[in-house]
Amino acid sequence: MIIPLLVTACSGPLSILDPAGTAAAETAPLWWGMFGFFTLVLFAVVLAFVYAVRRTPRSHTEPGPDTSESDTPQLQRQHQVWIVGGGIVLPVATIVTLLVFGIPAGNRMAGVGIDPDQALHIEVTGYQWWWEVRYPNLSLTLRDEVHIPAGVPVRLHLTSADVIHSFWVPRIGQKLDMIPGHVNELLLQADAPGIYPGVCAEFCGLAHAHMKFSLHVHSPEDFAAWQTAQQPGAAE
Amino acid sequence: MNDFQQPDQNRHDRDQELHRGLMAIWSNLPGWGSLSAVNHTTVGVRFMVTGAVFFLIGGVLAMLMRSQLALPDNTLIDAALYNQLFTMHGTVMMFLFAIPVLEGLGIYMVPKMTGTRDLLFPRIGAFGYYCYLFGGIIIMYSLFAGIAPDAGWFMYTPLSDAEFSPGRGSDFWLLGITFVEISAVSAGVELTVSILRGRAPGMTLTRMPIFCWSILAMSLMIVFGFPPLILASILLELERAASMPFFNVAAGGDPLLWQHLFWLFGHPEVYIIYLPAAGVVSTLIPVFARRPLVGYGWVVFSIVLMAFISFAIWAHHMFTVGIPVAAQAFFSIASMLVAIPTGIQVFSWLATLWSGRVVFALPMLWIFGFLVIFVCGGLTGVMLALVPFNWQVHDTHFVVAHMHYVLVGGMFFPMMAGLYYWLPLFSGRMPSENLGRWGFWLTFGGFNMTFLLMHLTGLLGMPRRVYTYESGLGWDWLNLLSSVGGFVMAAGIAVIIIDIAMHFRFGRKAPQNPWQADTLEWALEAPPPPYNFISIPSVSSRHPLWDNRNLAQEIAAGEHAMADFEHGRREVPYTSGLDARPQSIVHLPGNSWIPLQAATVMAVLCICLLTRWYLLAAVTAVISGVMLLRWSCFNGAHPQSAPVNDKRADDLQLHSRTLDGPGIRGMKVTIMADATLYLCLLFGWIYFWISPDRPLPDQMPLDVSVMVACSLFVLLANLSYLTAVRRAKAGMGTGLEYRLWLTCAFGLLHCISLAWILVFSPLQFTTLTHDALIMFAILYLMFHSVLALFLTLIQIQRYRAGYVSELLPYEFLVLAPWWIYTTVIAWSVLIIFAGLPMLWPIG
Ligand code: HEM
Ligand SMILES: [Cu+2]
Ligand SMILES: [Cu+2]
Repeated sequence: MIIPLLVTACSGPLSILDPAGTAAAETAPLWWGMFGFFTLVLFAVVLAFVYAVRRTPRSHTEPGPDTSESDTPQLQRQHQVWIVGGGIVLPVATIVTLLVFGIPAGNRMAGVGIDPDQALHIEVTGYQWWWEVRYPNLSLTLRDEVHIPAGVPVRLHLTSADVIHSFWVPRIGQKLDMIPGHVNELLLQADAPGIYPGVCAEFCGLAHAHMKFSLHVHSPEDFAAWQTAQQPGAAE
Repeated sequence: MNDFQQPDQNRHDRDQELHRGLMAIWSNLPGWGSLSAVNHTTVGVRFMVTGAVFFLIGGVLAMLMRSQLALPDNTLIDAALYNQLFTMHGTVMMFLFAIPVLEGLGIYMVPKMTGTRDLLFPRIGAFGYYCYLFGGIIIMYSLFAGIAPDAGWFMYTPLSDAEFSPGRGSDFWLLGITFVEISAVSAGVELTVSILRGRAPGMTLTRMPIFCWSILAMSLMIVFGFPPLILASILLELERAASMPFFNVAAGGDPLLWQHLFWLFGHPEVYIIYLPAAGVVSTLIPVFARRPLVGYGWVVFSIVLMAFISFAIWAHHMFTVGIPVAAQAFFSIASMLVAIPTGIQVFSWLATLWSGRVVFALPMLWIFGFLVIFVCGGLTGVMLALVPFNWQVHDTHFVVAHMHYVLVGGMFFPMMAGLYYWLPLFSGRMPSENLGRWGFWLTFGGFNMTFLLMHLTGLLGMPRRVYTYESGLGWDWLNLLSSVGGFVMAAGIAVIIIDIAMHFRFGRKAPQNPWQADTLEWALEAPPPPYNFISIPSVSSRHPLWDNRNLAQEIAAGEHAMADFEHGRREVPYTSGLDARPQSIVHLPGNSWIPLQAATVMAVLCICLLTRWYLLAAVTAVISGVMLLRWSCFNGAHPQSAPVNDKRADDLQLHSRTLDGPGIRGMKVTIMADATLYLCLLFGWIYFWISPDRPLPDQMPLDVSVMVACSLFVLLANLSYLTAVRRAKAGMGTGLEYRLWLTCAFGLLHCISLAWILVFSPLQFTTLTHDALIMFAILYLMFHSVLALFLTLIQIQRYRAGYVSELLPYEFLVLAPWWIYTTVIAWSVLIIFAGLPMLWPIG
C-alpha cells in the first residue's frame, strides 16, 4: 500500500523522481540509495542519544562528578572505538560508497564517451524572461520551445544575453547555468516522446517564476517530419 | 543594583572593599552615559539582544513568504516584494542575526571562561557594536522605504549590477553589509588576540574550554573569511557607482569572479556559524553528563580540521556553472570530507553521554533537537556534495530545506540550549521547566513540519526563489503544510519569549553554579559584576570548578592574583600564548565616547555614499580618518599615568612598558585580514589573465621606471623606520626623531610618486577590466602608504610628548608591521601588476 502511495507522491511533471531521460534516470536511484542509508544512520544516532540519556538518569540534586577518578583503560578503549568508528570509519566508508556509485553516474550524465559531433546541436540563449532556441543546421529560431528526437543524445549550447539563468528539464536531466560570456554544453537524452516542462532554476529577476519552456520530444520519424515542416520552403 | 547587595551581607569587610573599589573602576556611566560603555559584558549583551531583534524581524519576513507560498497562484504578495523579502530574510538572518549573536556570545563569555576581567580591546568591541547597529538600521531602512535589495542574499552579478538593478537596493546591501562586516572583523581580531594572550595564568591551550577553542576558530575564520566578501562588495560597488567594470563581460570581467569571491566567504561563513554553536554543545553535554568530555583532543582537532577544510570547498555552491570536471570532483570529495570532523564531534558527544549519567534538564532537550536536526542536515549536505545529485537539486527547495536544517539545527537550537543554560548566570534566576518544554516542542515540531516536507517539494522540482507556482505540479499540499508548520514554529518562539520574559519576574532564585558546571564563568556571582573576578585565579586543570569546590569563595575573598584597585586602572593579565605564563599587565581603557563617535561618523559616510553625495562623503571620510587616528592617542601609556619602572608585588609591568602587548598582536592579526583581501585581489587579477579572449589595452599603461622609484622610496622609508625601532629597543635615544622624520620624507616621496602614477597613467579604468584592476591595486597601496605616513607623524608627536621614547618603545613596535606590509604590497604591485603584463606581451 505504501509503495503505490509513494510512487504517486513522487511523480509529477517536474519531479526528478519520475525520470524520463537517461541523466535523470541516473540520479533517481542515487537519491533512493542515499535516502535509505542515511535514514538508517539518522535513526541509529538519535537512538544512541536517547538511550544514552535514558540509561542511568541522574536527578538534579545529586552531587556533581568526582574527577579524581579517571576513566579506566577499558572505558578509554571504548571511547576510542566510538570516535574512530563513528567519526572516521563510518564517514570514510560512506564517502567511498557514494563515490563508487556517484562518479560513474556523473560521467555518464556529463556525456563522457559520447561523440558530441554525432548529436543534434541546439543553441539556447536566456533572456529576461524567455528562451531563444536556435537550430543552426536548420537556420531556425524558436521561442520557449525545444524540439528533440527521443532516444538519441542532443547537444545544447547554453548562454545568456543578460543575467544568469539556468536551463532545467527535471524529468530529463540535470540543470546547467546560462552565464553571459560563457557557453556551457549540456548533453540530454529523452527516453520517449512527450512534452516535458522546463524551468529557469537560477533567480533572474522579477519574472523568474514565470520563465518556463517546454521540451517536445518526438519519435525519430515525427522529428524528421517536424524538421522538414520547419524548413523555409515547406508549406505553412 | 539591588542584585549586588544581597550576597554582600555575608562578605567580610575586605571583600566589600574590593567589590566597591573594583566597581568604581569598572562600572559603566549611569543613564545615557552607558552608551560610552566598553565593558565586554555590556557589549556582549547588546550584540545578543540586537541580534535577537533582527531574528524576529527576519522571522516576520519568513512568515510573509510562507503565507504567500501557502497556496498556488496566490496574490497576497507580488514578485517585486517577494524578491525583497527573501533577499532581506537571508541577509538579516546571516549577517544581522547569526554572526552578531555568536560574536556577542563570544564577547560575553570568553573573558568569563578564561578567568579574566575583559577582552583586550574593549573600545574595538564597542565600536564594532555600533557599526553593526547602524549598518543594520541602514539596511532595514531600505525595506521600510520599499527599496530593499532584491537580487538574493548572494547578489550574483549581472543581476545586481547597475544595468539590471538600477535602483538603490544593491547599494544598500553592498555598503550596509560592508559596514556591518567591519564589526565582524574587528570582533574577530579582538577575540583572537584575547583568547590567545588574555587567559588567566595557568590556562594553557590544552586546558582551555572547548567553547573558547571554537570561538578562536570562529574568530580566525572571520579574519580570513570575510575579506573576500569585503573586497567583492567594494569592487561591485565601484562597478555600480564609478563604472569600473570588474565583472562586466564586455570589458573583460566575469560574473563568475563574483561567485568565487562570494563563496570563498560564503562557505566558511556557514562554519563560522556552526562552530561556536557546536562549542556550546561541547560545553553543555559534559556538564549534564557530569563527566569530562570524551576525546577533548579529538574535538579540538576536528574544530581545526573543519576550519581548514571549509576554505577549500567553496565551489560546491557552483557545481552547475560549468566548471571543469576535475575541479568538480575535487570540491565534491573535499566537501564530503567535512563529514569526518563532524562525525568525530557527534560521536564524542554520544560517548560522553554514554559513559556519564545524564541530568535531563531543559537545555538538554534543545541539545536533543539540535542533534536530530543537525545530523539530518549534515546528511543531506553529504548528498548535495555528490555532484550528479547536486546537478538535479541545486537551487530547488531541497536546498532551502537543507540549509535550514543546518542553520537552524546547527545554530538556533544550540543557541537556545545555551540561552537556557546561561540564563541563571545572566539573571540570577532559574528558567521554568514547563513553559520551556512547550516552547521547545512547538518549535521542534513546527520546524520539521515546515522543512522536512520541503525536501520532497524540492525533489518534485520546485525551484527556490519563486514567488508563486501553479497548481497541479504536486506541490500544493506540501507547501500548505510547510506554511502551517512555519506558523507552529512561530508560536513556539512566542512561547519561548514569554517564558524568558516571565522568568525575570517569577523564576526561582538560582543557587551558585546551579548546573554544577566545571568552567570558570560559574564562579561568578549572578548577574556578573562588570569586573567579573575580584581576584584572578590561576588555573591548573580543564575543570577548575570540579577540582576546587571552594574556588568561587576564594576568588570572591580576593585570595588570588590582582586583587587590588588602589591604582584606579582597569587591569587584566597578559599571558603567553601556549602555556599562559603571566607576562605583563594590560592597562585597559575605560568608558569612552570615541567608539560611538567614530561609528556615527562612519554611518554618515555610509549614508553619503548611498545618496551619492560624494563631496560630503569625502569630507566625512576625512573626519572619520581623523577620529580613528585620534583614537590611538588616548591610552594610558604616558609615564605620568604610571612610573616607567613601577615594580609591582607580582613583578609584572604594564604592557606599554614592555616590548610586547595586545597592540602588536592586534596589528598583526589585522594585517592578516588585510593581506587576505589583497590575495583575493591577486586571485581576481590572475583569474583575469587566465580567462580566454579578454580585451587588453594597446600598451602597458604604467610607467615602470616611476613604479620602481616609488617602490624604492617606500623601501627606504621602511628601513629607516626599522632602524629607529631597533635603536629605540636598544635604548639609544639619539637620532631617533631624525630617523622618524627621514621615514616621513621617504614616505612622502613614495606617496607623491604614487599620485603621479595615478594621475598621469593612461588608465582606461571605466572601459577595461584590466585597467580597473590595476587602478584598484594602486589605490589600495596608496591607502596603506598614506596611513603609514600619518601614523609615523603621530609617533613623532607622541615621541615629543613623552609617550614613546627609548625607554618606552612599545608604540614604535606596534607600527612596524604596518610599514613592512606596505612595502611588501608596493613591491608586489610592481612585480605582479606591472610586471606580469610585460611577461605576457600585450597586443
Ligand atoms: C524561522 C523559521 C524560518 C522560516 C519559516 C524560513 C523560511 C524561509 C523561506 C520561505 C525562504 C525562501 C526560500 C526561497 O524562496 O528560496 C528562506 C530563505 C533563506 N533562509 Fe530562512 N526561514 C527561517 C529561518 C531561517 C534562519 C534561522 C536562517 C539563518 C540562520 C535562515 C536563512 C535563510 C537563508 C540564507 C535563505 C536564502 C535566502 C536567499 O535565497 O537569498 N532562515 N527561508
Ligand atoms: Cu530565472
Ligand atoms: Cu558551502
